[in-house]
Amino acid sequence: MKRSLPKNRKAGSLKRRERLAGSAFLWPSLAGVFVFFIVPFFVVCYYSLINNPIQHEFVFLKNYVALFHNSAFLLAAKNTLTFSVTAVPLAVVLALVLALLLEAKIPLKSQFRTFFLSPMMVPVASVVLIWQVLFHYNGVVNDFLAVFGADKIDWLQSDYNQLVVVLLFLWKNLGYNMILFMAALANIPRDLLEVADIEGASRWFRFWHIKLRFLSPTLLFVTILSLINSFKVFREVYLLTGDYPYEGLYMLQHFMNNTFGSLDYQKLSSAAVVMAIAISIIIALLFVVEGRFGKDVEG
Amino acid sequence: MRKRRLLLRIVLTLVAAVFALGFLMPTVLTFTNSLMSETELTAHYGAVFTSLSKPTAYMAEGASLRIIPDKVSFSQYITVLFKSPEYLLKFWNSVILVVPIVLLQLGVAAMAAYSFFRYSGKMRSVLFFFYVILMLMPYQVTLVPNRLVAGWLHIYNTRAAIILPGVFAPFSVFLLTKFMRRIPPSLIEAAKLDGASEWRIFTRVCLPQCRSALYSIAILVFIDYWNMVEQPLILLSDPEKQPLSVYLSTINAGEVGIAFAVATIYMIPTLLLFLHGEEYLVEGITHSGSVKG
Repeated sequence: MKRSLPKNRKAGSLKRRERLAGSAFLWPSLAGVFVFFIVPFFVVCYYSLINNPIQHEFVFLKNYVALFHNSAFLLAAKNTLTFSVTAVPLAVVLALVLALLLEAKIPLKSQFRTFFLSPMMVPVASVVLIWQVLFHYNGVVNDFLAVFGADKIDWLQSDYNQLVVVLLFLWKNLGYNMILFMAALANIPRDLLEVADIEGASRWFRFWHIKLRFLSPTLLFVTILSLINSFKVFREVYLLTGDYPYEGLYMLQHFMNNTFGSLDYQKLSSAAVVMAIAISIIIALLFVVEGRFGKDVEG
Repeated sequence: MRKRRLLLRIVLTLVAAVFALGFLMPTVLTFTNSLMSETELTAHYGAVFTSLSKPTAYMAEGASLRIIPDKVSFSQYITVLFKSPEYLLKFWNSVILVVPIVLLQLGVAAMAAYSFFRYSGKMRSVLFFFYVILMLMPYQVTLVPNRLVAGWLHIYNTRAAIILPGVFAPFSVFLLTKFMRRIPPSLIEAAKLDGASEWRIFTRVCLPQCRSALYSIAILVFIDYWNMVEQPLILLSDPEKQPLSVYLSTINAGEVGIAFAVATIYMIPTLLLFLHGEEYLVEGITHSGSVKG
């Protein structure tokens, strides 16, 4: 007993020293995150509840009420949501189609994968010019459609302008989603598919009843990831159309940018908090989904 | 039956080819158009960019998309590289913003990931969860805090205002932790038995095991920041300091030829990274495929 006591203590202190060393590794990152994100975010929350940075008078939800009556914010929120509702399903379904294509027996598979993935590595700013040439009033798409007798329209200044951005979004994001689906497809147990094959299951049956079932967690994951990405679509819109686009393309980040111009911290803070809450809800959803299905597809 | 199979294969290949064409077109066109001379460009796209360039006699009615230039000309590149230093300056702005972010973010993240990898516990899981949430927040949320800090530290309108938050962005911490969890525990145990210090285990055992992971994350982080628009718009008020990504959109239509050349130069670094490290990129994306550690 007596002999083992110091040994234990030594082991204990070793463990503690190790733990301390472990924390030391985390410190730089944690300190940075606190200084640049957490602390200022609390200040943002505080700013969203006061009347102005000079008087510091507590006004509770007044800024939020004002925000939800702000027509620019409502327009931006509406446009962003409309965009997400169109772009996300397409980004998921088309990426799955591409992944399945690359799983089928076709030649030049690895080349095709490279081609599909390449837009991800091209800066948006570089291809914006081509998009303008394509969708201008005198542009190529109109010329092409004119062959079928369609009227010319100025795509970026019309009600179809979101379509132009959806295309750019898909062009850029499909590759990433496709890779996620390809990884999931590769994880489907081969023997299961082989058994189905021997039993004479049709291609269609194998897809709906085996593949899709195994893919469902990835499907949900990709959906939510694309949803989050669709909130970031401002970049494409800004490069295509600048600070003040045609109405249908006025996005939430436009609202933020233009509010930064006037440095109205009350408006900015409440908008940032509202966004943070909205995204948190989506993330919570993501975690519920992962918790429920994630176990079959770890990796 | 066999005939139908063959037909299906042909159809699928065609579908893939059509997609491939669509995916490649914008990049290829940007490149080929950069090889056209100013006159050829005006002749083809005059109608698109008329608002600013003077209409000329050769101008086409509509824009005819040309894939291959009538005559390959490097005149645009010569203009960009030797006659108008402002573009090279903006390119340099991009480099000097992105390279420190990538290197420092990886350094800070490698240490943090090591800590998450080696020590688990309630506190650690809560913190990790926290990093994931932060990682998923869009710019609409993070830029307001960033702007506030930039004001407090008097770094607004300096490169530090962009670089510092970038260094501490949680993305690589998240991804690296996932990669590190695949290191066989026996390796760490063996090093511990040899009496290696934590720092030694980190630098001599852990990092060498993560070499390819570090490369794939570096690619992902590089492309993300090379493409940045939101941060410089808000954190840099001085147009002189803007990176090329933002500046490209302000090149006016009168200089469309130059714009194509600059756009091409701008995509060279990321495309080279892609050609060299496609496998690593795919690996990195695959590992991001779940929010849990």
